[in-house]
Amino acid sequence: MELINLGIKSIFIENMVFAYFLGMCSFLAVSKKVSTALGLGTAVIFVLTVTVPTNWLLNEYILKEGALAWLGESMATIDLSFLRFIMFIAIIAAMVQLVEMIVEKFAPALYGALGIFLPLIAVNCAILGGSLFMATRDYTLAEAGVYGFGSGVGFFLAMVALAAIREKLKYSNVPNGLKGLGITMLLTGLMGVAFMSFMGIDL
Amino acid sequence: MSTETAQAEVKKPAEGLLSKRRKKFITDPLVDNNPITIQVLGICSALAVTTQLQPTLVMAISVIFVMVMANLTISLLRNTIPSRVRIIVQLAVIASLVTLVNEVLKAFAFDMYKELSVFVGLIITNCIVMGRLEAFALGNKPYDSVLDGFGSALGYAWIILAVAFFRELLGSGSVFGVPVYDSISGLFGEDFSLATNGLMVSPVGAFIILGLIIWVQRTKTGYVEHN
Repeated sequence: MELINLGIKSIFIENMVFAYFLGMCSFLAVSKKVSTALGLGTAVIFVLTVTVPTNWLLNEYILKEGALAWLGESMATIDLSFLRFIMFIAIIAAMVQLVEMIVEKFAPALYGALGIFLPLIAVNCAILGGSLFMATRDYTLAEAGVYGFGSGVGFFLAMVALAAIREKLKYSNVPNGLKGLGITMLLTGLMGVAFMSFMGIDL
Repeated sequence: MSTETAQAEVKKPAEGLLSKRRKKFITDPLVDNNPITIQVLGICSALAVTTQLQPTLVMAISVIFVMVMANLTISLLRNTIPSRVRIIVQLAVIASLVTLVNEVLKAFAFDMYKELSVFVGLIITNCIVMGRLEAFALGNKPYDSVLDGFGSALGYAWIILAVAFFRELLGSGSVFGVPVYDSISGLFGEDFSLATNGLMVSPVGAFIILGLIIWVQRTKTGYVEHN
């Protein structure tokens, strides 16, 4: 039950895009067409679901203060948490590479559809943000998995919704200065208002 | 005396430390080619910290530091990095610099460290840093790269400071923590008070303020994006 609550919370209430502004770059760049948004969204869900638990293991057994205790008494006092950033980003880059190879081998059609977006996920702030939030909030392994999946789904929903709106937007007459980025920002703000209605729901 | 002038004539005249070409590295990203409003880079980590001016200032200084140092490092290493592994090298350089900033904040400004939490770490994935390394530092001399990094970071800094100024003023009624609204309403007697707008403190305010800033700026520069 706890886990389901966490999942719903990470999808709607603490949505990566609307509550923390994470992954904005790809959110804005790839949301011009629904089909590409679907592809990238799926890839983000996948990578987040894999990297957050992996980074949890790394954090729990290597980086945290006292995490090296399993190597013997003398190692119990070592605190490697300052290496967090560099290790997390390395894991993410490696995982993305791995995911890319697996997808290429077993689902060539999906690989072709995702194209350049797959490797670019390594520098998507939502991925690193998911791992960093997981580390600061002291989740358990199961929670980390659910949180990774949930925030991926949240990002997916937000991006597909924005892409759908932007496709319709082509037919409207937007002032010159607002075209492109400006109107997208205002739209995201309005969508944020909608997502705010989930706030305060106590799960 | 005469030999010195002869030597100077043979050598190409050295470019001034701030020649016209180099000044452009700094002034260009401020308005005409602003990383946030024109190139649409680095919005991710920018908006989350802009509810108050003070953390925003810390964030801006951190980004300036990281960008200048990363550009310098990559530019010095540019001839030794094989192009196949350049992304991971760039990430390693940026991550080390960000770790440095993070540890300094933790040691000397712990409250600020708590407030910024994961967003200092997210400088690593800030697209401006990667973008400038990829587009400029890999192909230019160290000094030019430092100027370029400094200019782009300044362009980023003034936008997030502007967003933070409006959000703090309208949302909390203060500037740098000084309660402006209270002192204004104090002038008019007890019955008069200015209401703060709670929407500005929430993420929605950031999107709308930035959207409006982009609108104003693009109207002035005449930049139009075609889909």
